[in-house]
Amino acid sequence: MPLINSVRGVGHRVVGSIWRLGVAARFLAMTLMQSGVSFRRFQLIVREMFSSGVMSLIIIGVAGLFVGMVLGLQGFETLKRYGSESALGSLVALSLVRELGPVLAALLFASRAGSAMTAEIGLMKATEQIAAMEMMAVSPIARVVAPRFWAGVISMPLLAAMFSAMGVFGGYIVGVVMIGVDEGSFWSQMQGSVDFRNDIINGVIKSFVFGVAVTVIALFEGFDAPPTAEGVSGATTRTVVESSLAILMLDFILTAFMFRGV
Amino acid sequence: MSEQALVEIRDVNFSYDRRPVLNGINMSFGKGKVIAVMGGSGCGKTTLFRLIGGALRPTRGEVRIDGKVIHDLDDKGLYEMRRKMGVLFQFGALFTDMSVFDNVAFQMREHTDLPEEIIHDLVMMKLHAVGLRGTHQLMPAELSGGMARRVALARTIALDPMLILYDEPFAGLDPISLSVVGQLIRKLNDALGTTSVVVTHDVQESLKIVDYVYFISDGVIRAEGTPDEIRASSDPFVHQFVHGEVDGPLPFHYPVATTYAQDMGVKS
Amino acid sequence: MQRTTLDLWVGAFVVAGIAALVVLALKVGNLSTYNVSETYQVTAYFTNVGGLKPTASVRSAGVLVGRVDSIVLDTDRYEAKVAISVDRRYQFPKDTFANILTSGLLGEQYIGLIPGGDEEVLKDGGVFRKTQSAMVLEDLIGKFLFSQADSKE
Repeated sequence: MPLINSVRGVGHRVVGSIWRLGVAARFLAMTLMQSGVSFRRFQLIVREMFSSGVMSLIIIGVAGLFVGMVLGLQGFETLKRYGSESALGSLVALSLVRELGPVLAALLFASRAGSAMTAEIGLMKATEQIAAMEMMAVSPIARVVAPRFWAGVISMPLLAAMFSAMGVFGGYIVGVVMIGVDEGSFWSQMQGSVDFRNDIINGVIKSFVFGVAVTVIALFEGFDAPPTAEGVSGATTRTVVESSLAILMLDFILTAFMFRGV
Repeated sequence: MSEQALVEIRDVNFSYDRRPVLNGINMSFGKGKVIAVMGGSGCGKTTLFRLIGGALRPTRGEVRIDGKVIHDLDDKGLYEMRRKMGVLFQFGALFTDMSVFDNVAFQMREHTDLPEEIIHDLVMMKLHAVGLRGTHQLMPAELSGGMARRVALARTIALDPMLILYDEPFAGLDPISLSVVGQLIRKLNDALGTTSVVVTHDVQESLKIVDYVYFISDGVIRAEGTPDEIRASSDPFVHQFVHGEVDGPLPFHYPVATTYAQDMGVKS
Repeated sequence: MQRTTLDLWVGAFVVAGIAALVVLALKVGNLSTYNVSETYQVTAYFTNVGGLKPTASVRSAGVLVGRVDSIVLDTDRYEAKVAISVDRRYQFPKDTFANILTSGLLGEQYIGLIPGGDEEVLKDGGVFRKTQSAMVLEDLIGKFLFSQADSKE
């Protein structure tokens, strides 16, 4: 009997998550369909870009700098064994542009801006602001969700690019300024191996996809949160967990598509 | 006064899943009146409220507003109807990310193409009507509970609705704010020629301002009448409610199967 | 009043983001080395291109002179046909050697051009007559192992 019950419990959970996934997909479709207002009144998106994009600048910049510095140190130690310290530039740049930039920026964005979005919308729901909007014949999806969605989707690639640029700068500081790798070969090796189309554009596409995933999860969790204090805090936690997992899984899928055989 | 009804509720039943909440409710709200719907906590007031707003669908029966069955309207029709309705939520539900001015201007900006100067004048008029013209630059977090309620009221009347629904407008207010809000409800209703429905459990304050009262308990209407009739009522339920008696038809104790002595472990 | 400062911040944010992209494209990536100047197309056939990829660099005496456009298998000759764009500023004799080389032990593969002595130069649509294929490490190791096994018997 306990076995049957636990199997049933697992089944319930699976069906429940598929159900939620369907609701989330419908939520995304509704957001896209009701995005017209946001673009006609771009001010709405600009306001949200301030809270999701501009407010994430410092954490993205600092994190990028330090990740680049660590890459510089570790990369140098490893490359030294093969006598190819001059490849440090390409190692730092490739790992940042292809993977670490988009992925880490998205993870930071999820925990900084995504959780804030969930909490804000969850609280708006708990204090009946969403219901009030509905009763005023204003669609909360068009007025509250869509501007935040687009602000996140626009901000994410920009933040990822800043992360990568700061990271390259950090790698430069450690590699060239502190350790003394030859500056010329640092940059030329980097330019020789980083391809604009294959690496940079693909990195931008990755961060765009992550931006969509993180904002949809954050907004959906907020919109779906039970209107209580525990409900909102639980939804905020779920946002960070789910979007982190989504980023890492999507990263694998996208990498498999983009860099296969390159 | 003409007895033309703006809101007509006929034979409405409603249940969440299988738990019945409302059972055969009949109500009729005349134009220009202020009507109170009262009852203890958890009696189905809020459900009734959401039925009138078209947010829920009755299991049986119908809710007509201005001659139209609200739960048969499509999305467009429902939004059209809601533009003519104002709702004051329990704690005001002001948009916390906007200033007082922007809150009141919200519907004007969303639903009309009025130029900003006219919106400015209209917002100032509405804020003046609730006596809070001086607060237009503040954020909702800087207002006291009573002031927030009044700003929310100004926002509710922004587009001159024909029907205003008040969800617990008196909850959590000090006696002065309470009287202020009560008087405002009455004054605005008469000045704008709207119909107001006040869902509340504050008996004394609402009896002062309303034209008609419905008492709901356990999903059915227990009593109804004008404030004078209610005050004079000999119905034990109404008497208990109006005078706030601890025990009566609504018992103080939650029903239990065991006796107090048994629960305390006293052996008989 | 409050809105304009906010706009300013968001504007600065967007500018910074685009600037970061431009830096990545020009300083980190190879967009700047994609020659905007005119190029001419030449072809080279290799029996094995190894790890050569499109956009790989083409160098002569270590100087970047062009890029690999595409690599396809020519089914008439069963050889790899490599299309190359060469900067119009550089002219090469007809008997120039095209070799697939590796930068460092583990580096990228590129095409190295060693000019011959012919008086005529390669024109647009020309073909390198002399080529040398990539060194494939596995083959070398395989040969080495075989020779070891043979000598043991």
